[in-house]
Amino acid sequence: MSSIASPASVAPGNLKRPRPIKAVPVRHWGRWISAAILLFAAFALGWSLAHNPHVHFATIGAYLFKPLTLRGVVVTLEMTAIAMVIGIVGGTIVAVMRLSDNPVLRVVAWIYVWLFRGVPLLVQIIFWGFLGALYPTIFVGIPFVGVVFGRGNTSALIGSFTAAILALGLNEVAYAAELVRSGIISVDEGQHEAAYSMGMSRGLTMRRVVLPQAMRVIIPPMGNETITMLKMTSLVSVISGNDLLTTVQKVYEQNFQVIPLLIVASLWYLALTTVLTVGQHYLEKRFGRGFGHANSARAERKASKREARNG
Amino acid sequence: MADDAMVCADQVWKSFGKLWVDGELMGYRQRGNVLHETKTRDVARQRAKIGMVFQRFNLFPHRTALENVMEGPVHVKGVPRAEGERDAVALLGQVGLGDKLDSYPAQLSGGQQQRVAIARALALRPKVMLFDEPTSALDPELVGEVLDVMQQLARDGMTMIVVTHEIGFAREVADGVALTDGGVVVESSPPNEVLVKPRQEHTKLFLSKVLA
Repeated sequence: MSSIASPASVAPGNLKRPRPIKAVPVRHWGRWISAAILLFAAFALGWSLAHNPHVHFATIGAYLFKPLTLRGVVVTLEMTAIAMVIGIVGGTIVAVMRLSDNPVLRVVAWIYVWLFRGVPLLVQIIFWGFLGALYPTIFVGIPFVGVVFGRGNTSALIGSFTAAILALGLNEVAYAAELVRSGIISVDEGQHEAAYSMGMSRGLTMRRVVLPQAMRVIIPPMGNETITMLKMTSLVSVISGNDLLTTVQKVYEQNFQVIPLLIVASLWYLALTTVLTVGQHYLEKRFGRGFGHANSARAERKASKREARNG
Repeated sequence: MADDAMVCADQVWKSFGKLWVDGELMGYRQRGNVLHETKTRDVARQRAKIGMVFQRFNLFPHRTALENVMEGPVHVKGVPRAEGERDAVALLGQVGLGDKLDSYPAQLSGGQQQRVAIARALALRPKVMLFDEPTSALDPELVGEVLDVMQQLARDGMTMIVVTHEIGFAREVADGVALTDGGVVVESSPPNEVLVKPRQEHTKLFLSKVLA
């Protein structure tokens, strides 16, 4: 039996926290019932797929880890990684330009975002793929005065892989710029003031003070962008970019096993996005330093659990 | 030192007052009778000579107390890391936070954060320090610990310009007191005159409200 603490036990200098209250938690019967219904539905769907003759599990198994498929996976990963690096580096530069005091930089950044965000990605991919039709040759030099350092045939210089990366990367710069800008704006004005009062330049303030704090805001949507990018790479199949989707398309154009091969591609895309989701979780933890709400909340939960066990 | 007496600390650059530190005019260059705004880089160099303590602390939340204090010397002045750390530990000890070196600002009380902020400003060895209502955002029971640190600084000979509503503190520590309203000095003189025997009606009204 528990007893009510007598006044004597709370004499000054001997203050004790009251014990946590023990109570029967509210029962959630609705959750159990809905979970049972959903499990049944999932089982029915699974059964219908497992017994579906059009799925061809043998074909899926045969192509899932074929070197051909794996090469497509590698190309997709390469495209995602390179395009995101271009996007994040370029996006940070464009974001800082948009927030600059210098009106020239601001306008240039604004026009860039307007152009690359305004034209559909698929159109941009086709444009870069057919750049040779617009500019058959490319030269490095000063226009109009005849100074040329180098000259080359466009379609030889920019293959389908390069075109794909340029399209995906330059498009991503525009979106990443907006994400980074929102992150920078979210940092308290007092942080800029404090940094400037210490004699920091604008660049150093950005690098040491503002961007590290903006990261916390930028990373969740940037992880989302990376996952989106992984799937967007499938669009480059229109210029046969040798990515995962292009690879399986080439196979099913030969053997007409459309559904099994699309399942192969889907399984790989799902697996890769799962890995990225886990990576994003750790990045968020890393950049949450100093903002201990999640950590202290977890610590509190653990402490109260321990108290409940021991009490 | 300061021309038109004192200007509100956060209006120093865009005010009618001019400020000299060590005989150097801050924020402008004088050529004949014409004032030119100084370039960003020179403004930054000048700012490092002036320590600033804010009402809302403005510590860098992603860095520990120690890293906050080291930031200026190591990354602005280029002091070697080991030396910067040694100095930062000493400064945090001086403001009574020797046991909080590795705490993040979010883990510190308001008074502790403001003392870290004072240590951070001191780390750049400023010629003068500005305090913009340093105790206004603090719980009453934490005000004392910050004022104690500032009083010690004053005793050690630091030149400080403090915007404050702590009348008792001003009377005890200040060499000169000015009452300002809307950026204009209403009355300025030694503390015992302004705060004990004010001449202006405005000052009397203010003191009657604050001391009530």
